[in-house]
Amino acid sequence: MYQRGVAHYRDQGVVLRTYRLGEADRIVVFATRDHGKVRAVAKGVRRTRSRIGARLEPLSYVSLLLWKGRNLDTVTQVEVLDSFGPLREDLGKLSAASAIAEVADRIFQEGAVYTEMYVMLLRALSTLSTCDSPMVVPAFFLKALAADGVGLVMDVCAGCGSAPPLAAFDPAEGGALCRSCRRGAAISEEARGVMERIVSGGLAGVLAEKIPTGVVGEVRHLATEAMEHHLEARLRSIQLVEGA
Amino acid sequence: MAAYAEPVQQLIDEMSRLPGIGPKSAQRIAFHLLKVPREEALRLARAVNEAIERITMCRTCFNVSEGDVCVVCSDSGRDRTVVCVVEDPKDLVAIERTGEFRGTYHVLQGVISPIDGIGPDQVRARELLARLEPEGIAEVIVATNPNLEGEATAMYLARLLRPLGVVVTRIASGLPVGGDLEYADELTLGRALVGRRELSG
Repeated sequence: MYQRGVAHYRDQGVVLRTYRLGEADRIVVFATRDHGKVRAVAKGVRRTRSRIGARLEPLSYVSLLLWKGRNLDTVTQVEVLDSFGPLREDLGKLSAASAIAEVADRIFQEGAVYTEMYVMLLRALSTLSTCDSPMVVPAFFLKALAADGVGLVMDVCAGCGSAPPLAAFDPAEGGALCRSCRRGAAISEEARGVMERIVSGGLAGVLAEKIPTGVVGEVRHLATEAMEHHLEARLRSIQLVEGA
Repeated sequence: MAAYAEPVQQLIDEMSRLPGIGPKSAQRIAFHLLKVPREEALRLARAVNEAIERITMCRTCFNVSEGDVCVVCSDSGRDRTVVCVVEDPKDLVAIERTGEFRGTYHVLQGVISPIDGIGPDQVRARELLARLEPEGIAEVIVATNPNLEGEATAMYLARLLRPLGVVVTRIASGLPVGGDLEYADELTLGRALVGRRELSG
């Protein structure tokens, strides 16, 4: 039995990824509700007889009991709240969910609390498992940028504030740009319109409608570029999403 | 701090490069090797050397092999119409130990992992595709691990192979023999229920 309040703590979280450790253990990286990113050892989970191994697969939403260690914590109990089954049965959805998990893994830091981002992560995974729109990942990227304090300006020129039509997109400048301020990549009015709706509360409408393939590709590319610019790193999983 | 003699330090450094061996264990192994009879230590050195010199990859299935073709592929008693796809040679040996499988294998030498950016081109999937027609393969059993990466790989292989008229099957998931139902986790138990079979006794 454990002593309440000593070194054990409870939390909920999403498994972002796992690393093999030693013979049969794994290091599991969680995005948690109350403790930000948590890296914890799950002992013996690679053995076929492990009771908790199946519950600690990436993308599972779980309730946890953890033991606070000096360096890494240890997972002592796990219950599945939602395993997002449909994400594991479709290669396209799995790649998309992996891209979301990779971004969360890079944004969440240990010892900080990310309430808004945490809720957004859960919503994104849940939406992805029930909705077939290709816009879930780019929308998550754009919303995550805003939650991380670098929201993009898409309704007016980010340089001079002039109204649409806007012609270019540069994450370094903070969003869409007019013809005279233009820098970065070109953007079509359709793609800018979709991105504006995503960042200004119109996501549900975007997810519900059929967006032309060309516009989907453009929004995906620009949202990925903006996220990579913010993280100062290339996203690895995104290439598979595009290939899927 | 006194340093070890150069060859000892080198041995410790090499040992600590091995998976699962930390600096302390490396030191312990190194001193063990220096303490045991000379012949015993040299046997290890020779075994490493032999394995490196003699072992290559089977050109058909990518299993570890002593020649161009591994023992399984060169066995004429094997059923060539059924191929079991595994992640690495250790899994091949695990399946061989069951004694239940008489077909041939295909070792992917890895697994698709979207979060690590490891795509289909980084595993030996295309090579499997090239084996289908010449070998007259009728069934491909996907025996990758039942985890996220293994399932992603299985889905990819199904998508790749099914249009070619090959039966693609997945090994079953379920309860370990000798285990207690009440201790099973809900995901495994759920899969065991979905994959139930009719009793014929």
